[in-house]
Amino acid sequence: MTVDKNVKEEQIVYAKWLDWGMKIGLILLILTFIIYITGILSPQIPISELPKYWKMKAYEYLLSAGLHPGWAWLKLIIKSDFLNFVPIAILGGITILCYIRILPIFLKKKDIVYFIFSIIECFILILAASGILHIGGH
Amino acid sequence: MKIRALGVVFLLLFSLLFINCAYAESATPADSSIPWWVWPLILFVATFILGVLAVLGGVGGGVLFVPIVGGFFPFNMDFVRGAGLFVALSGALAAGPGLLKKGFADLRLAMPLALIASASSIIGAMIGLALPSNIVNIALGITILMIVVIMLLAKKSEYPEVKKADALSQALRISGIYHEISTGKEIEWKVHRTPQALFLFVAIGIMAGMFGLGAGWANVPVLNLLMGAPLKVSVATSKFLLSITDTSAAWIYLNNGAVLPMIVVPSIIGIMLGSVVGVRILAVAKPKIVRYIVIGMLLFAGLRALLKGLGIWK
Repeated sequence: MTVDKNVKEEQIVYAKWLDWGMKIGLILLILTFIIYITGILSPQIPISELPKYWKMKAYEYLLSAGLHPGWAWLKLIIKSDFLNFVPIAILGGITILCYIRILPIFLKKKDIVYFIFSIIECFILILAASGILHIGGH
Repeated sequence: MKIRALGVVFLLLFSLLFINCAYAESATPADSSIPWWVWPLILFVATFILGVLAVLGGVGGGVLFVPIVGGFFPFNMDFVRGAGLFVALSGALAAGPGLLKKGFADLRLAMPLALIASASSIIGAMIGLALPSNIVNIALGITILMIVVIMLLAKKSEYPEVKKADALSQALRISGIYHEISTGKEIEWKVHRTPQALFLFVAIGIMAGMFGLGAGWANVPVLNLLMGAPLKVSVATSKFLLSITDTSAAWIYLNNGAVLPMIVVPSIIGIMLGSVVGVRILAVAKPKIVRYIVIGMLLFAGLRALLKGLGIWK
C-alpha cells in the first residue's frame, strides 16, 4: 500500500502495527471458530445449549453457566468456545499496542502534549480491558 | 481473486457448521423447535447483506446490525450490543491502516477526540449493561429514529470553509494536507470549534458504548460540519476513531460476559465479506436508491426496537 508523503512518522508506524494486529486477529478468529464448530476441542458450554443462554442478560448467563467475569476465561482457554476469546482479545488489544508503540516517537519529537494524550489513552483502554469494571448482579 | 478466496473460506466454515450439526442435537433444549444452528447461519446471511448495504448506503455496519439483529433474532440485547461493538470495531480496524497510510484519516485530529469518546464509551457500556432490556430498547429505538432524521436532514460539505483555526486546534497542531486523487491537487485543511466538538464527543462516546453502535453517523457531521474538516478526512478519521472508541466499550462487554463467539464470529465474517462485495457493487449501484433503502431499514428497525421496548410489538 502506498504511503502519502505528507503522512507523519507516528501515523505510519501506528498504521503498520494496526495492519498486522488486525490480520493476525482475523486469521486466528477464523481458525479458532473452525476448531469450535468442528468439535476438535470440546466446548465449556455444549453448543446445543447456547439458545438457553443467549436469551439471558449477560450477568444471568455468567451466573447460570457458572462462569466468572473479567479474565477468568483464560483458565478455560483449552475449551473451544473460550479459545475464540484469544483472537477477540487480540482485536480488542491492538489499539493499546499501537498507542504504546508511538509513545517513543512523540517523546523523540518532544511532542509532550500528544505523548501525554497517548499515555492517558493507554490508561483508559487498559482500565477497560482490566476487568476491574464489573456490572450487574455478580 | 481475494473475494473468491474469502468466499471459499466462508463456504468451508459454514459447511463445517452444517457437518457439526449432523452430530449435534438437532433441537434446542430450551423451548424452540428451530434447531440452534439455524440462528448463526441466518445471522451470517443477514450480516452479509447488511455488510453490502452498509457500504452502499455509506453507513457503518454496527448501526444496522444492532437494531436489526436485536429486533429479529432471539438473542438478548446484551449479546447483540457486544457483537455490534466487535462488528464495528473489526470494520474500523480493517479500514484503519489504509486510511492512515493514505493520509485521509488523521491521527492528530483523532487522538484528542478519541480520548474523550473512549472514556465516555466505558460509561455508556456500563449504563447499557446495567439497564433492563426494555429500557435499552426504548432508548435504542429513539436513537435510531434520531439517526434517520440526521441522515435525511444533514448536508455534507466536500471542502468546508474554515477562515481561522481555533486556539485549541492551533495549540494541538491539528491540520494537514492530503492528496485528492480525483483532482490531483494537494488539499490543505484546518479545523475550528474544537472545544464544542470535544463536548459533543462525550455524548457520542456514551451512545456508542450504551447501544453497541459504531458512531460514524455522529462522528462525520461533527468533524465535517462543525469542525470544518474536508469530507474525505471526516469520513476516514471517523472510521479510524471507531477503532479506539469501540475498543474500550468492547472490553467492558467482553469482561462482563456479553460476548458469545457463536454470535460474534459469524457476524464479523458476514459483515466483512458483505463489505468486500459491497465495494465491488458500489461502482454500478445507484447511491440515492440504496440510501433510501438503508434509511427505510433503519426506520423499520428503530420503530421495532421502540415498540418492543414499550411492549407493544413483542
